[in-house]
Amino acid sequence: MEHGHHEHHAETSHSSYKSYFIGFVLSVILTAIPFGLVMLKTFSTEITILCVLVAAAVQVIVHLHYFLHMDRSPEQRETVLSFVFTAIILAIIIGGSMWIMANLSHYTMIMGN
Amino acid sequence: MSNEVVNHDHHDAHADGHAHHDTGPMKVFGFWIYILSDLILFASLFATFAVLHNSYAGNVTGKDIFELPYVAVETAALLLSSITYGFAIIGMYKGSKAQVIGWLMVTFVFGAVFIGMEINEFHHLIVEGHGPDKSAFLSAFFTLVGTHGLHVTSGLIWMATMIALISKNGITPANKTRLLCLSLFWHFLDVVWICVFTIVYLLGVM
Repeated sequence: MEHGHHEHHAETSHSSYKSYFIGFVLSVILTAIPFGLVMLKTFSTEITILCVLVAAAVQVIVHLHYFLHMDRSPEQRETVLSFVFTAIILAIIIGGSMWIMANLSHYTMIMGN
Repeated sequence: MSNEVVNHDHHDAHADGHAHHDTGPMKVFGFWIYILSDLILFASLFATFAVLHNSYAGNVTGKDIFELPYVAVETAALLLSSITYGFAIIGMYKGSKAQVIGWLMVTFVFGAVFIGMEINEFHHLIVEGHGPDKSAFLSAFFTLVGTHGLHVTSGLIWMATMIALISKNGITPANKTRLLCLSLFWHFLDVVWICVFTIVYLLGVM
């Protein structure tokens, strides 16, 4: 990564119209499906929630790959590793908060009664 | 990358020289670290929203106030702005100043549409008595969505600055680095928005 020039070549290899279009079309599909499912109420609530969450997770991956150009190449290694580390922190913050607060509200209710 | 290194060391040894040490990619990586820390800010706000999303305090629920078709249009504006920013980056690699400025302007318009719609939504809610001071749910909603909106607004200011800088100085190495950082920032905001419309709006109306 020391030279501007091979950074340039490395970037152009995956910054093409084609890859942006693929990312865009996939994103449109992965946005339309959850909106459609929630608005039309085709399935039960549980199945809809599951589909909506899966569509969001897949779309995040699509964005990371096609728009933020994350892949398995060596020059992307630090980017990907730092992202994975952050994802773990995010899971701890969000999952941990929900867990602790759910417990707290559970026990507070018992005491309230 | 190893092959490229070998080739370019041969070709560019004299043209570019090793004396010129390009810090651009390092700056972009540094900016990426900032974005990851910003993600942790959003994680805290998402965690807050997840904890408080049922605390209505007798005021409205998500079902009462969210209009999915409206949110779908906002989402479309932001998604379109992501691909048009991509076209600006392609223009940058081609060295086409006109293409970069043109697509940055299109991206700016889509971003401005998104922000305009969000301000309109907030304004409606506050006027109708559902402001952030009415319930914990509304506080968490305004803080999470508003923080994302502030980020998009900063991105728009940065984009306007880039349009001016590139018009004045052209696609210089410094401007390239700035465009690549803004690219990360802009696409990152779209990723956060995917989580917002899924967790806040779609799950909120169910």
